[in-house]
Amino acid sequence: MALTAFTGPVVSADASGARRGGRIALLLLLPGIAYLLLFFLAPLVSLVITSLQTPSETVFGQYDFTFNWQNYGEVIGTYSEQILRSFLYALLATVFALLFSYPLAYFIGVVMRRWPLVQSLLLILVVAPFFISFLLRTLAWKQILSDEGPVVSTLKALALLGPQDHITGTPIAVVFGLTYNFIPFMCLPLYTTLERLDMRLIEAGRDLYAGPATTFRTVTLPLSMPGIVSGTLLTFIPAAGDYVNASSQFLGGTSSTMIGNVIQSNFLVQLNYPAAAALSILLMAIILVLVGVYVRRSGTEDLL
Amino acid sequence: MSGNTQAGLVLGQEIGAEELAPAPVRRRAYGFSAGKWLLPVYCTLALAFLLVPIVYTIVFSFNDSVKTNIAWRGFTLDNWLNVCSEPGVCEAFGNSLLIGVTSTTIATVLGTMIALALVRYRFRFRAATNLLLFLPMATPEVVIGAGLAAQFLSAGIAKGLGTIIVAHAMFCLSFVVVTVKARVASLDPALEDAGRDLYGSSSQVFWRITFPLLLPGILAAALLSFSLSFDDFIITYFNSGSVNTFPTFIYTAATRGIPAEANVIASAVFLLAIAIVLIGQLSAQARRKRLAR
Repeated sequence: MALTAFTGPVVSADASGARRGGRIALLLLLPGIAYLLLFFLAPLVSLVITSLQTPSETVFGQYDFTFNWQNYGEVIGTYSEQILRSFLYALLATVFALLFSYPLAYFIGVVMRRWPLVQSLLLILVVAPFFISFLLRTLAWKQILSDEGPVVSTLKALALLGPQDHITGTPIAVVFGLTYNFIPFMCLPLYTTLERLDMRLIEAGRDLYAGPATTFRTVTLPLSMPGIVSGTLLTFIPAAGDYVNASSQFLGGTSSTMIGNVIQSNFLVQLNYPAAAALSILLMAIILVLVGVYVRRSGTEDLL
Repeated sequence: MSGNTQAGLVLGQEIGAEELAPAPVRRRAYGFSAGKWLLPVYCTLALAFLLVPIVYTIVFSFNDSVKTNIAWRGFTLDNWLNVCSEPGVCEAFGNSLLIGVTSTTIATVLGTMIALALVRYRFRFRAATNLLLFLPMATPEVVIGAGLAAQFLSAGIAKGLGTIIVAHAMFCLSFVVVTVKARVASLDPALEDAGRDLYGSSSQVFWRITFPLLLPGILAAALLSFSLSFDDFIITYFNSGSVNTFPTFIYTAATRGIPAEANVIASAVFLLAIAIVLIGQLSAQARRKRLAR
């Protein structure tokens, strides 16, 4: 799996005097692994089981296990629009976040290298949004982008927005919110790779008469691929499953519902557990396939 | 950190990366010559953009609001002085603290043990263990939340504080492992050997040598875990039942308007977190300078 895409360089077990340890290793591992099996793997299994249930004929609100594979066909039929939309929004947010973050990470990681203190202070500014409630910062954008807010009135004054137009409640606002909320996830891994970029290689590119654009395309960009891969994964996966930005109390509207919203309302409002479970399994399966293909194709085989 | 689960990992990576040797310092200016000023200007604007909602939230914590905190009505300190006057805010905040501390304790203990085993021992099922640790970080939060809720439902367990704590400890665990693993790997085994050569028993060696050396990494992991738990919304909302945490309080309040007191708590937490991070960075900087001399 794309393990190291997330965790950085693998720590070799041999490097630090690893011992063969039967009992101690087992004792150290067992509680944590049992915890994950019980509260991560078992829930996934119960999700699969739930996704194959049929409403009980006798008791309302009860479901019986019946290998009801049609649930999957039904949710795909009913919610194909939301499923496609989620991945489209997540893709757009990932691309925008990458375009936004790359110059920033380059500046902090490469240009500011001579001043480590400035580097750390700038990084703190990048991660600052982490430290204020995710929901409150999204609501702050809602207020700023609302019809009474400064952005809409400015755009209307410039006639870039018609008198009846809104920003909140549109797909634009949802993609904007997703992009904003996940920028730090993109920025940090990019910074980590760019910070270790060996500048002598770029000098070498110059010495070989490559222009700045060619040097960037053939040297800098390939060398920063590990950061790009983990940054895009860290943005794409949570963005595809997010339902806060798209929910109508926040930045979304009825035309921008994502798969997360559908899962949430099926599970917690309509109590249609099988549909919610089928959608969850579907979401996870699609993400795992996409991530697998992506990591393979991005030419970072060693990340696997 | 709702939706931010994955990002915590990057923070962990930052903390772990501290020990690495510095990259070669560049000797002359690079980048596009035409854009000598373009990049700094862009970055200033970009950082300012990132801070917009934070400034907004802090400013509106001082708003003399009546029912909704949307329009600016004037400056007041009342919200800060009587945070708990708004019913529910402080209770939700207290729940979040309790959940954060408990789940962080569980995740830190279990995660540190796994990290030690992963770096120090060779064992079968290593790849499977790594996969099991990685998957929760690559699973969208809705799926984790719905899965746990489905499990609690079929097991007949009532949702409440307990289920939230169990869920939080679960998703924090992997992040703790990643953070502590970096620290264990940077530890010099010779120090432990020295302890053993001086006839220290294995428990003495662990508690007198290994544990104190690991402590900064463990603390970093605990802080990360706490902040992940404190801001988690999606998984919590699926498993909270009638219990409110700070994020679920905001989510439900969003329909009728967020009280300014919520801004006060978020701002206070933000300022405290930034202060901790700043102090950490500055002291690391001072230590590096001392070592360089």
